[in-house]
Amino acid sequence: MTTEISGTTDISGCGAPEQSAPLPASVDLEKETVITGVVRAGDEPVSGAYVRLLDASGEFTAEVVTSAAGQFRFFAAPGNWTLRALSRSGNGDATVSVDRGLNEVAVTVAAA
Amino acid sequence: MSRDSVLVTADWAEQNLESPRVVFVEVDEDTTAYDGGHLPGAVKLDWKKDLQDPVRRDFVNKQQFEALLSTRGIANDDTVVLYGGNNNWFAAYAYWYFKLYGHRDVKLLDGGRKKWELDNRTLVKDEVSRPATSYTAQEQDTSIRAYRDEVVAAIATQNLVDVRSPDEYAGRLLAPAHLPQEQAQRAGHIPTAISVPWSKAANEDGTFKSDDDLRALYAAAGLDDSKDTIAYCRIGERSSHTWFALHELLGQERVKNYDGSWTEYGSLVGVPVALGDEPGEG
Repeated sequence: MTTEISGTTDISGCGAPEQSAPLPASVDLEKETVITGVVRAGDEPVSGAYVRLLDASGEFTAEVVTSAAGQFRFFAAPGNWTLRALSRSGNGDATVSVDRGLNEVAVTVAAA
Repeated sequence: MSRDSVLVTADWAEQNLESPRVVFVEVDEDTTAYDGGHLPGAVKLDWKKDLQDPVRRDFVNKQQFEALLSTRGIANDDTVVLYGGNNNWFAAYAYWYFKLYGHRDVKLLDGGRKKWELDNRTLVKDEVSRPATSYTAQEQDTSIRAYRDEVVAAIATQNLVDVRSPDEYAGRLLAPAHLPQEQAQRAGHIPTAISVPWSKAANEDGTFKSDDDLRALYAAAGLDDSKDTIAYCRIGERSSHTWFALHELLGQERVKNYDGSWTEYGSLVGVPVALGDEPGEG
């Protein structure tokens, strides 16, 4: 059975905001460093995957659940980050170096 | 206190979904997660709408808590098993909150929603209603809740544990990285607080690390067992996770959660703030 975790969430709190929604109007891309992308298994997007944002030392920073279209989004800071996805289709990692503004990254998962 | 009395496995939960006197409660900020599929028979609590006063920044009072649990069909002698998303942050917060109001038997589902989903266990969309009860809460147990004045007094004298991410501790980020960063208050941490991110207490699948690993973690970080401990984060939910690890799993007795946390402390006028990766001077 699949579960979709999506919906409208008050982004001032700590729940995972709607991952497929447009960026809230209050987000200033001149100031924010947004890391966004899609988790795929082969060519198929993976919904309900858990994407973990790890800092340059490998320390956990945040985690979100992908939307029905496999999308995720983080508000980070410029620098090097690792994205680690956990899913029922398997796990996968991607390492990125990002700057201010919108940074897109693809994460592929595969059964171990 | 032992692990078995406060933490249940997904297997145990699966076998006890229909047990009498066991109530599963999902706690999330995003209650659409519950609506999209929940453990069979589980009721939901919204950490903000149900557990926070709608006007003042404080919890619902004893009478409101009693009314809430009564309408959700939770009785005083029920075993309440809490679970949720965000690695059980809000479930741990609700656990601490239930303990604050004196509920006798509360447990956390180890791994929460994440492990349950990754294990491909059953989630249903059924509407759940339980017959109303007449719940009686205790007065708040403030031995587990810290207020700002005790936090300021604890600088350089007691254990302060900042459980946010290293970048929030250092002042490079103001909020967890899945949230926009604009905030009004100052960045940084309470001077002399050690940094032990909550995530170090959890495995990747959201389950808690073993007691031995947890003991080693806090000892290596410099937590002094002879002192009282106050844990804090940004709004008090991640620090509930650490409070659970220290107080409930490791059995340390004098541990408080500071629910005002950084959003209160970082907005206070005149208090000291430390920047950077080191605890700083008191």
